[in-house]
Amino acid sequence: MFATSFMMNAWITATIVAVVAGVVGSFVVLRGSAFPAHAIPKGAFAGAAGAALVGVSTLLGLAVFALLGAIGIGSLGRRGRNDVATALTLVMMLALGAAFLSRTTEYEPEIYSLLFGEVLGVSNSQILPVALLGGVCMSAIAVVYRPLLLSSVVPEVAEARGIRAPRIEMLFLVIVAIATAMTVPVVGALLIFSLMIGPPAAARSLTSRPLLAMLLSVAIALATVWVAIAVAYLYDWPVGFCVGALGAASYGLGRGWAAWRRSRAAATHSAVVPVVNPSSGLTVR
Amino acid sequence: MHAAYSAIFEPGFFASPQVHVAAAIGGLVAIVSAITGVFTVMRGQSFGGHALGDVSAAGGAGALLAGLSPVAGFVGLGIAGAGVMDLIGVRRLRGRDLATGIVLGTAIGLSALFLRLTTTSGATTGATQHVLFGSIFTVPAGTVPVVGALGAVAVAAIAVVYRPLLLATVSPDVAAARGIPVRLVGLAYMAALAVSVGLSSLAIGAILSTALLIGPAAVALRLTRRTGHAVGLACLVGVAVTWLGILLAYDSFYWGTSRQALPVSFFIVALVFASYLASGVPAVRRMVR
Repeated sequence: MFATSFMMNAWITATIVAVVAGVVGSFVVLRGSAFPAHAIPKGAFAGAAGAALVGVSTLLGLAVFALLGAIGIGSLGRRGRNDVATALTLVMMLALGAAFLSRTTEYEPEIYSLLFGEVLGVSNSQILPVALLGGVCMSAIAVVYRPLLLSSVVPEVAEARGIRAPRIEMLFLVIVAIATAMTVPVVGALLIFSLMIGPPAAARSLTSRPLLAMLLSVAIALATVWVAIAVAYLYDWPVGFCVGALGAASYGLGRGWAAWRRSRAAATHSAVVPVVNPSSGLTVR
Repeated sequence: MHAAYSAIFEPGFFASPQVHVAAAIGGLVAIVSAITGVFTVMRGQSFGGHALGDVSAAGGAGALLAGLSPVAGFVGLGIAGAGVMDLIGVRRLRGRDLATGIVLGTAIGLSALFLRLTTTSGATTGATQHVLFGSIFTVPAGTVPVVGALGAVAVAAIAVVYRPLLLATVSPDVAAARGIPVRLVGLAYMAALAVSVGLSSLAIGAILSTALLIGPAAVALRLTRRTGHAVGLACLVGVAVTWLGILLAYDSFYWGTSRQALPVSFFIVALVFASYLASGVPAVRRMVR
């Protein structure tokens, strides 16, 4: 399982992907941006079909469409509510993808692997771009960490401090787009979403400290992809299924644990009332 | 005159039985989606509406694998998904987003598994593409009554809860104060949404399902504030873009020299997107009002 070179490639890329998804996903969950996080990778899939049509690299096609999607969602959406804009941007990109596909002779398995991931088919030449884009993502998050966190948790305070919400939103969507472009060839357009939702959501029900939640979410994401690859290798099950199932399972366990802890806390010392921000549900310290 | 006519309606458009079925199914689905969609947009549940399409597609893939009827798979898993979303969804908007995301992620994982098992067993080629994109031109004529019946069920459910649903949508607090069971009404609406989305993604594919659910309703709600008017307008826009899209797709076979039609979903979605952009232009809004 560790000896062959293609398995080594799989372990390395999956690890990078899990770290990036864990970090970016924490903000996706904090901001309630699950829909854009689903729409950008899924729509970017159309870019791969377009790239096949004009004969450029898949990664370039994915990146261009992911960015187009981010810009579409960010510019069409009204402040605070972008679900209609997200839905329409997504279907427009998918429709373009359908038009591209009708013009090419892509094979069915290739569509399947772009959508659901083919982590076991990562070549040596794919690792460098993935690592590079992962680095770009992580440094972008590091640079805007504080304003991004503030505008995600307490938007009103961020606004008062002169942080412009639409600008931050656009920046965040672009970060999601970069994370998408690098991860789609590995885990697939649909499953990167599970990885950006399940582990961070589980982490958030375990702790309300942002940084700790982020570390936990990376740890859960790593465990998820490692188990998924092992299962895929041993039983030839799609990586995507394991990522989806484990994501949901870890969220369920997290919710269960949080409920159990709450009921115990209520039983032992019921007098302590934490200050909770109503819009995000985060404990403010 | 005749030349212009045949340039718009390429030969055989009105005689083709596929066009008849496509127009009937497309029109039906457009109307059901538009009525459901007005509430979807007002309640800010576009994500749920889209996710239910993928969830029911997973049901379709499962039915394909188990040899069950696809209708049962699509609608059954759709309703189950809506129930789970409601069950784990916190009432807050962000919590609901997350609940939808978790259900969607699980459903996608199931799709991956079902499709892999189906395609390796060699029974069906093109399953992935069909479940995802569908095609209105390949719908068998026998589906029309099923779609009609299920559509009627969804519309009837919404008609029954129309007034309490509207109040619960616009201001949940007032509705609760008047003794309306807000949660129950929401659940009834989610069930209607699941039926509507399930049948539309079965009949016309997941892309068009979301496009026809959200697009016409969003256009209508930009143009009028009154819900009754919005429902009517959304139906009109939905049917118009669907039929125009079918016509363009049919004609596109004769464009250029390649003799290859572009997919109908592309045209319908492009028209939906264009009308949404147009409805944002102030001059257009004034004209309609």
